[in-house]
Amino acid sequence: MSTEQSEVWVTGIGLVSSLGEGLDAHWQQLAPGNTPTPSIDTDNQAPFPVHPIVDFDISTQIPKRSDQRQMGKWQHLGTYAAGLALDDAGVSHNPDLLAQTNMIVAAGGGERDLEVDSAIMATLAQGDQEDPGTYLNNTLMSELRPTLFLAQLSNLMAGNISIVHGVTDSSRTFMGEEMAGVSAIETAVGQIRHGQGELFLVGGAYIAERADMTMLWEFGHALWSGQQGSVWDRRDTDGGMVMGSAGAFLVLESKEHAEARGAQPYARINSVVAGRCNRQAGEAQEVAEDLLEQIADRIPSGPLPVLSGCCGVQPQLNEELEFLKGLSAREIDPVLRGVTTVLGNTLEAQFPVNVILASLAISKGAFFDPFDDTGVEQEFSGQPEQVLISNWGHWRGESLALVDKPDVPLRGQD
Amino acid sequence: MSQSINDHMGRPVVVVTGIGIVTSLGEGKEDNWKALIAGQSGISKISRFPTEGLRTQIAGTIPWQGDGMFFPPAHSISLAKKSAVEAIEQAGIGSRGSFPGSMFVAVYPAETNWGQRMDVYNRADGGDSEGYERILKNVNKGDFREYYRMYQFGSIAEHLAAEFGPRGLPISLTTACASGATSIQLGVEAIRRGDTEAALCIGTDAEICEEMVVRFTLLSALSTQNDDPQGASKPFSRTRDGFVMAEGSATLVLESHESAKARGAKILGVVRGTGERADTFHRTRSKPDGSAIIDTITRSMADAGMAPEEIDYINAHGTSTPENDKMEFLALSAALGDALDGTPISSNKSMIGHTLSAAGTIEAAISLLTIEAGVIPPTINCHEQDPNILMDVVPNVKREHVVNSVMSNSFGFGGQNVCLIFSSEPA
Repeated sequence: MSTEQSEVWVTGIGLVSSLGEGLDAHWQQLAPGNTPTPSIDTDNQAPFPVHPIVDFDISTQIPKRSDQRQMGKWQHLGTYAAGLALDDAGVSHNPDLLAQTNMIVAAGGGERDLEVDSAIMATLAQGDQEDPGTYLNNTLMSELRPTLFLAQLSNLMAGNISIVHGVTDSSRTFMGEEMAGVSAIETAVGQIRHGQGELFLVGGAYIAERADMTMLWEFGHALWSGQQGSVWDRRDTDGGMVMGSAGAFLVLESKEHAEARGAQPYARINSVVAGRCNRQAGEAQEVAEDLLEQIADRIPSGPLPVLSGCCGVQPQLNEELEFLKGLSAREIDPVLRGVTTVLGNTLEAQFPVNVILASLAISKGAFFDPFDDTGVEQEFSGQPEQVLISNWGHWRGESLALVDKPDVPLRGQD
Repeated sequence: MSQSINDHMGRPVVVVTGIGIVTSLGEGKEDNWKALIAGQSGISKISRFPTEGLRTQIAGTIPWQGDGMFFPPAHSISLAKKSAVEAIEQAGIGSRGSFPGSMFVAVYPAETNWGQRMDVYNRADGGDSEGYERILKNVNKGDFREYYRMYQFGSIAEHLAAEFGPRGLPISLTTACASGATSIQLGVEAIRRGDTEAALCIGTDAEICEEMVVRFTLLSALSTQNDDPQGASKPFSRTRDGFVMAEGSATLVLESHESAKARGAKILGVVRGTGERADTFHRTRSKPDGSAIIDTITRSMADAGMAPEEIDYINAHGTSTPENDKMEFLALSAALGDALDGTPISSNKSMIGHTLSAAGTIEAAISLLTIEAGVIPPTINCHEQDPNILMDVVPNVKREHVVNSVMSNSFGFGGQNVCLIFSSEPA
């Protein structure tokens, strides 16, 4: 086995979010001098605000109506964004490349039929059924559509990507909320580094406008229903998160493979490190310190752009902020951007979104203006050479990643 | 010396040092093995919930031992803990709550079950409101933190990570009915690339409830032979009519051979190779020519550096659906050629039923027990073999047979195909 480790390049990006569709649309909102306008819907999941997904025309990526009908909106979004990434990388419609494309999808599940749920709940709650069990069985048997199960199954996002786009090497689906996205990219990076595949399609999707998911987060009172604003504004509150919508996929590739086919990178993934704890007071911060120790020698001193996935749930918000401010002890001057302020917590898609935004900043040679006016986020001038990503789960998991600039001409520069 | 530390491609050899298993046949390797070679079935009439109105009323359930209403993730966690404890104790690795390696958990996608959903709905805070509006009002006022901790997609793996203390993030994965095999693949790959010296690969699935039975029924996947529960799972039989859902968990402790030798662990077998190829044909069916499955099997042999003649026994996916068993035979014939003649193949699912996300791990565990015992568990309920499936399926009665290598197949909805090859201890 070769001990020479390959560099991992980002050679394709597919992004749809509440801000828009495509890298250009996102750059228009986020480029220095521009102020992004977060899209927020306060009615759909009231009393909880969400960032709704923009409209996207599925027929451009999922042309067959028979395929469209087999999926719900969540699978549409993922399959769509995956198609954008494959197109962007120049992999689409190339059978040789598709047959060696490995896939790791970070997934939750697809939409339930909320009308059927609601009708059953109302009937069962009345309590006048002689035999509620039989009523439930009969109603599920007659009302659930056979295709609904497939639209709900987590691994069928990957399955649909294989069917619609023809990706046919390995196919794995990771679950576990924000950390599924982290593990997906961490694993792909490890596999590329060690020659266990040269070409990967990695990403995920989440749609916030779903009452069954809103229920799940509010089981833990994890949602924010207060005033809109910067995530850092929740420092002195009990905290909470605003969910966001995004489909985010990347094509990751070994440098050698990309160069051999003439593909240019947006950026390079330098490192991904992750851990967990039971979140007793201070534990998450300790895990993050340990993770930082593993990559600290790769981070130069001075101003460092940092994309934080901090979602606003307490006490993690204050712990993460304290951890990030503590970078100054290593003579690193973190310049933070709280990504959830503009996009919400896009859950399984969140870490892929952050890697995409880091890649965008590096390829454009400019970092985003502050998203807030609370003083936490400072100006950054100059060309970012590295972007640090800090991505903690709302419930479990802590991670750090470093995206940097490979020593070759980059894509996406004007 | 270096030959047994590295494989034919120069990668670290991956060995198995711990096995744990829980199924409807029993708890632990010993009880399961006794039942398997005796040809016993773990399938029975479902008693967990009323089955009136359901086309399928049988399954291989394991009794729920928690308090109160059935809580699927708690059941899956409880089974996984049992199998993992057995495997870790056998391996003698790490210390309590500290597993010195990565963790890969094959698990079904969580969804809030009807009991818990109605518990939320029936609270009074929602007033006269209905549907999810009422649900959101009730959750906002109530305290459902236990549901929050248990019904996330990563919940089961997280609880297991808290219990067993692996390194790094636990990976929670699903590739439908290939999930268990995928968890082993991921462990093998992590050890081969030097990320870790050991991996805890767990498959667990204990989610049999009304809605899951209905969902699989609507895909026409389940046997409806309710009058004869123990005879309903009949892989490779002419009258097979679907699979029988079941619950269970298994765990393998994987290690690099070097690390296992260094600490003097007993080696139970070697993971020689893994193969995979995603299918593009259909959401629930394989390409009619079987090419994706054939490629999966061929790639596993290439990865193992083995020829078809070197496979002593095949632990089939063998679900007992008309489609699977036909396609599995077609693909094996193409991939193994003449070597398939005289190679015994049997389906553990004839006795255990289909444990879905856990099946690949359970069948890997049984493959290794088969190597150890030199006895092949039978395919039971095979009284009239499908005349179009020309394989030696070890019908009804166990068989003594020297088994140095086993191929184990797993196929899942969504075009998921995985093939694993195990062998006895390296020389």
